Amino acid sequence: MSIIFSTMSRLFFVLMLVVSLYMLFRGHNEPGGGFVGGLIAALGFALLALAHDVATARRALMVHPVALMGAGLLLAFLSGLPGLLSDRSFLTHWWAEIGSLHLGTATTFDIGVYFVVIGGVLCLIFRLYEEVDQ
Amino acid sequence: MSLVYAFAIAAQMGCGVYLLLSRHVVRILLGVVLLSAATNLLIFVAGGLVFTAPPVIAQGTQMLGGEAANPLPQALILTAIVIGFALVAFAAALVLKAYRAMGSVFTSEQTDAEALGTPFDAEVARNG
Amino acid sequence: MADFLNETALFWPLAIPLATAALCAALWSLPRWQRGANLVGLGLTLAASLVLLNAVMSDGIQVKQFGGWAPPFGISFVADQFSAAMVVISSILALAAGVFATADLRRRQERSGFYPLFNGLMVGVNGAFLTGDIFNLYVWFEVMLITTLGLITLDRTRAQLDGAIKYAVLNLFSTILFLMAIGLLYGVTGTLNMADLAIVLPQAQGSVALTVAAMMFLLAFGIKAGFFPMFFWLPASYHTASIIVSAVFAGLLTKVGVYACFRVFTLLFEVEDGGIRPLVAFFAAGTMVFGVFGAAIQWDVRRILSFHIISQIGYIMLGLAIATPLALAGAVFYIIHHIVVKANLFFVAGAIHRATGTYDLRKAGGLMKSSPLLAVLFLIPALSLAGIPPLSGFWAKFMVIDASFRGDAAWLGAVALFVGLLTVFSMSKIWIEAFWKDSPRKTARVRSVPAGMLAPIAALCAITLVIGFNPEPLVAFSHLAADTMADQAQFIAAVFNERQIAGVQP
Repeated sequence: MSIIFSTMSRLFFVLMLVVSLYMLFRGHNEPGGGFVGGLIAALGFALLALAHDVATARRALMVHPVALMGAGLLLAFLSGLPGLLSDRSFLTHWWAEIGSLHLGTATTFDIGVYFVVIGGVLCLIFRLYEEVDQ
Repeated sequence: MSLVYAFAIAAQMGCGVYLLLSRHVVRILLGVVLLSAATNLLIFVAGGLVFTAPPVIAQGTQMLGGEAANPLPQALILTAIVIGFALVAFAAALVLKAYRAMGSVFTSEQTDAEALGTPFDAEVARNG
Repeated sequence: MADFLNETALFWPLAIPLATAALCAALWSLPRWQRGANLVGLGLTLAASLVLLNAVMSDGIQVKQFGGWAPPFGISFVADQFSAAMVVISSILALAAGVFATADLRRRQERSGFYPLFNGLMVGVNGAFLTGDIFNLYVWFEVMLITTLGLITLDRTRAQLDGAIKYAVLNLFSTILFLMAIGLLYGVTGTLNMADLAIVLPQAQGSVALTVAAMMFLLAFGIKAGFFPMFFWLPASYHTASIIVSAVFAGLLTKVGVYACFRVFTLLFEVEDGGIRPLVAFFAAGTMVFGVFGAAIQWDVRRILSFHIISQIGYIMLGLAIATPLALAGAVFYIIHHIVVKANLFFVAGAIHRATGTYDLRKAGGLMKSSPLLAVLFLIPALSLAGIPPLSGFWAKFMVIDASFRGDAAWLGAVALFVGLLTVFSMSKIWIEAFWKDSPRKTARVRSVPAGMLAPIAALCAITLVIGFNPEPLVAFSHLAADTMADQAQFIAAVFNERQIAGVQP
């Protein structure tokens, strides 16, 4: 692996994570959202795995991809419950105005999707890379 | 205009089915990809082809303007693309794994499922 | 609390498996916790499905709009008697499988993610039964497909990978056809809500697109359900999976295809017009005959049972081919009976494997002497499958065949009776080879079957016996479910008159 690529990959990894978070929260009112953000973040980890090795990327992720997927799914699921309690309707979201900030349980749902996408994509990508390395 | 799309769908579909009938598992996979792309195009055409404004609700209003495009086919295609992406990625991993395990990409040589519990004796002897 | 449960009854059979799947995935490195969460989740799902059935029986069709968007814009979830019964029976089967798993599952299989995948499959199955939106049905099919692929390849053996490829390609093709049919349907009608479609379609001009869409639906669901010319993926893949996975697949997956077929061809398209009826009748006859002949040559228990899934699907489709109320009721009865019996036979096959160490009937034997309890527990579902009188299969076959003689389709009834005879042949083959004859290996020690395996088998046997000796309530229920299913007006009224509870107005 070229030294330029492996050095820059660390920088790009951080950049991609930041952009993915920006995409995630931008999706609240504008194009973007958990799915796109999750894909970008997953690409960041994939880049790390490509430049160094899968073990490095797994260490950077800290948890197992499937566990991340489960946690995200759980978060998305829980975000639908408040609506169930108040309106008897799952995924009817709660909204709160804090100053000019317009927040709701939909954001929690999006964060859940973000984690599910990272986990799901990385689960496959890591497996494929490891398979090729063998 | 629809006719052009119809021919495009037909061509894609034809290529997809042709690849699907191949013995090479990677070609089969590509066939599935082509078929699902053709399906997305089909939904796109069936949803009505019109050149209009994007379906975005303008600031300060509650409803879509009358001239906006129908957002539903777009949502359907988007969903289908996402699901197709996941399935193709999964299938690709499966194909790679199968190639590693069986040492062949040809379906004619991937016969382990048939050999398992076969009623014919010769193969029983071979597989113990 | 009771009010809250009643109003949200439709939600829990979907939500609990979803939450369990997510929890099991989140507890990835703790298989022991996953096992506990799995059992609790499956138990709660069963309870929730019973609440739903109760709500449907007392208040009629249940409808829920997720997110509170009014129909036909939002995604509706609808439970009538048929779908509620399917949810209950699949939850019972899932719980039985969960208990069976505690005795059968090896550590490696748990580590490969059995619990999240299994609960994910249950989400897909229950979602497909409860949805009232045709595109949403497609989404649930894909959820099922991706989890089944994970479950088939649980052990990553060569045979499993090979079977999974065959399964994946054919089923991907089927869902693509399904999606195309949806696209065409949307192009003609401009809606995807099933109730709305049921209003719009009768007024729509008969067009080529609609005929093609109907054929594609039939083909897509036919591949899923394992109809005669399209069934070959099933015996090529089911026997490779680990036995508990095979049992769940055998019980549920093909039946989801059948359920979708019934839903679409009673609510959206008429079987009567469009030339679909002779086609379905031809498929049904072919499915019965070729399934049972395919089984006759096999020696591997799982292969025999896989082929029998196909032949039994033929009986169910016979109900749709005749399409009289009596025939539909017979089909509903048949599906419920068949899910229990077929999954149970696969469980017994797992127990035979545990006891003798093989699935091959030529190598097995002597079980009658060593474990007579297992022999009795095999005999009940086996005779029921073959349709021997006091058991549930007899009433199921009786209703379907009776309907075929009354519905001017005597030849189908004759085929069904002939196939029933051959089913007895296959079942007695398993009986003679595995239980009656002496073990061919004199030194082989027969291992004992753990209680964790016998308990779910016994419970499912008990259901078979209860249906067999007291069929009247279920027959009445099947008639009610069939009448509701055939009555489009009732379905439409339920979806569109649903009181808007949610605060969000579109």
